[in-house]
Amino acid sequence: MANQPRTLFDKIWDAHVVETLQDGTALLYIDRHLVHEVTSPQAFEGLRVAGRQVRSLHGTIAVVDHNIATDASRRTGIEDPESRLQVETLEKNVAEFNVPYIPLLDERQGIVHVIGPELGLSLPGMTIVCGDSHTSTHGAMGALAFGIGTSEVEHVLATQTVLQKPAKNMRVTVDGVLPPGCTAKDITLAIIGKIGTAGGTGHVIEYAGEAIRALDMAGRMTLCNMSIEAGARAGMVAPDETTIAYVEGRPHAPKGEAWERAVAWWRSLPSDAGAHFDKEVSLRAEEITPQVTWGTSPEDVLPITGVVPNPADARDETRRAQLTRMVEYMGLIPGQKLTDLKVDVVFIGSCTNSRIEDIRAAAAIARGRQVAAHVRALVVPGSGLVKKQAEAEGLDRILLDAGFEWREAGCSMCLGMNPDKLTPGQRSASTSNRNFEGRQGPGGRTHLCSPAMAAAAAIKGHLADVREFSA
Amino acid sequence: MKAFTTLTGVAAPLPMANVDTDKIIAARFLKTIARTGLGKNLFHAMRFNEDGSEKPDFVLNQEPYRKAEILIAFENFGCGSSREHAPWALLDFGIRCVIAPDFADIFHNNSSKNGILPIRLPREICEKLMEDAKMGGNARLTVDLERQVVVRPSGEEIPFEVDAFRKHCLLNGLDDIGQTLQHAPSIDEYEAKRRAEAPWLFA
Repeated sequence: MANQPRTLFDKIWDAHVVETLQDGTALLYIDRHLVHEVTSPQAFEGLRVAGRQVRSLHGTIAVVDHNIATDASRRTGIEDPESRLQVETLEKNVAEFNVPYIPLLDERQGIVHVIGPELGLSLPGMTIVCGDSHTSTHGAMGALAFGIGTSEVEHVLATQTVLQKPAKNMRVTVDGVLPPGCTAKDITLAIIGKIGTAGGTGHVIEYAGEAIRALDMAGRMTLCNMSIEAGARAGMVAPDETTIAYVEGRPHAPKGEAWERAVAWWRSLPSDAGAHFDKEVSLRAEEITPQVTWGTSPEDVLPITGVVPNPADARDETRRAQLTRMVEYMGLIPGQKLTDLKVDVVFIGSCTNSRIEDIRAAAAIARGRQVAAHVRALVVPGSGLVKKQAEAEGLDRILLDAGFEWREAGCSMCLGMNPDKLTPGQRSASTSNRNFEGRQGPGGRTHLCSPAMAAAAAIKGHLADVREFSA
Repeated sequence: MKAFTTLTGVAAPLPMANVDTDKIIAARFLKTIARTGLGKNLFHAMRFNEDGSEKPDFVLNQEPYRKAEILIAFENFGCGSSREHAPWALLDFGIRCVIAPDFADIFHNNSSKNGILPIRLPREICEKLMEDAKMGGNARLTVDLERQVVVRPSGEEIPFEVDAFRKHCLLNGLDDIGQTLQHAPSIDEYEAKRRAEAPWLFA
């Protein structure tokens, strides 16, 4: 067995199996557990009731991100009583169980999936979990990272392990060179459009190929982030020189001799030649165009040059009913050009696209231009450190001058559980990850796209093709 | 966790694919620190009008489905978020079993950890069960976990697969943590070995 070629996933999995139980379920050791306010209160309560402790304090870190305001009001306390209770409960729990915590007003505070890599808490070869499906983001580091439910959060707090059966291996290869105007977001949307939202179910996706290797770490994070929208348990990119350069010098990254040992191990992680993948998919980067979703599932995505599909053309009755419902919910007319859809709100942020590279891409489009008069456009950096960096580069000024709002770090308008949300019937161009009905607020209509495309929509006042903008 | 052995009850037909966790329980209802009380907001957007009145067309607003304990749906049930509030909301409403052609992985995991049995059956069988469910109160299904069969109103038995470990936990109402802690010596041993190999993980 030891000499059989293994995948990146196999190698990390094998290195973390504590024990294999009778039916093949493994007790898998977890290196890093990220905790936030929404999915942890019931887990800590469970520990308390059972009289249990947190097993690995150095492996655990907590932060608030989901339900907090992203404007100045956060400095004077949380207005919404339920949100306040959740945040206060987390603060009480981390104090009682001695869990390391980044407070709301700390400059390192931010979206859990932004701060993990940023602070060097997420490293290659690690197993990383969080009570949040977008934990797949950290797979960009060459780690095995996946979302868990609250029962599992409690399980990890108590035992530093999860019970899991091994996933199947899937490889998505994107060769070639990405055309101008296209980003990691367009790659991931194109993949989901091709394989569907259940295309990766039961699998861990390894992204490979020339176009993936050419992505910077922020792009790889965007890509791995949306693996869950393809149904996969996790997404990963093999660690390479780009990864190692990114990790070096980060606050929690290994240093000195430990760094040398770590790097040596990381270099051994990429999938062996001839390793077995249960499923293979490939795309040509040249064929990818700027993508935008039109419906209420991430798989309902089209090139920006496309038109709203006609439900009458659906392949079967279930699909026809689904398309009819989507067209109605989204307030669309079959055959309508996507570029004719007027937007009310533009949201640039979320764990998918709120890193410095994303803000730079938005600012490049915004520079010297104005947000359309009827559009509210928000830019929400993923962390306090991203915000600081952007301000040091003058990006906040460019965005503010163009009429964008420049906000504090948090999940913001990705999920409709904090003050930033759409009102019924409002249409948004959003850099987040889900366009489900009501996701950004009840009755809200979401079109997912890249940061540059979202900025272009803000300027034009309707969904727009970023390729028509010269930098 | 409540044990799941045999369940005989009303099955509600929900003939939709990709029922996502935002549909099951929208994010604005996640601002709770309890596991209970979520049932009233289950499927909120499909179940209620903006003024809070019921949408009469929605299956769970109709008799006998208000008392449904089984839900029949189509592909990719529970896709989206990892929120365990989704199975908590189903359970709080009274649903103990969901039958669909396939499930999103995290939802599948979360369900069985809360005493809800997710059953994967091929699409054509789900369609038959959907027809049974549409017969309403006359069509109670029985789910027998021990024997791993769904019994249709006609008496026909449909076998299903379930992981041996999950079956054991569900049948006995066992939580995972207590069981895992029986392996604490293995975890200690692993940590000691790993600390020597990769000390930076324990810094």
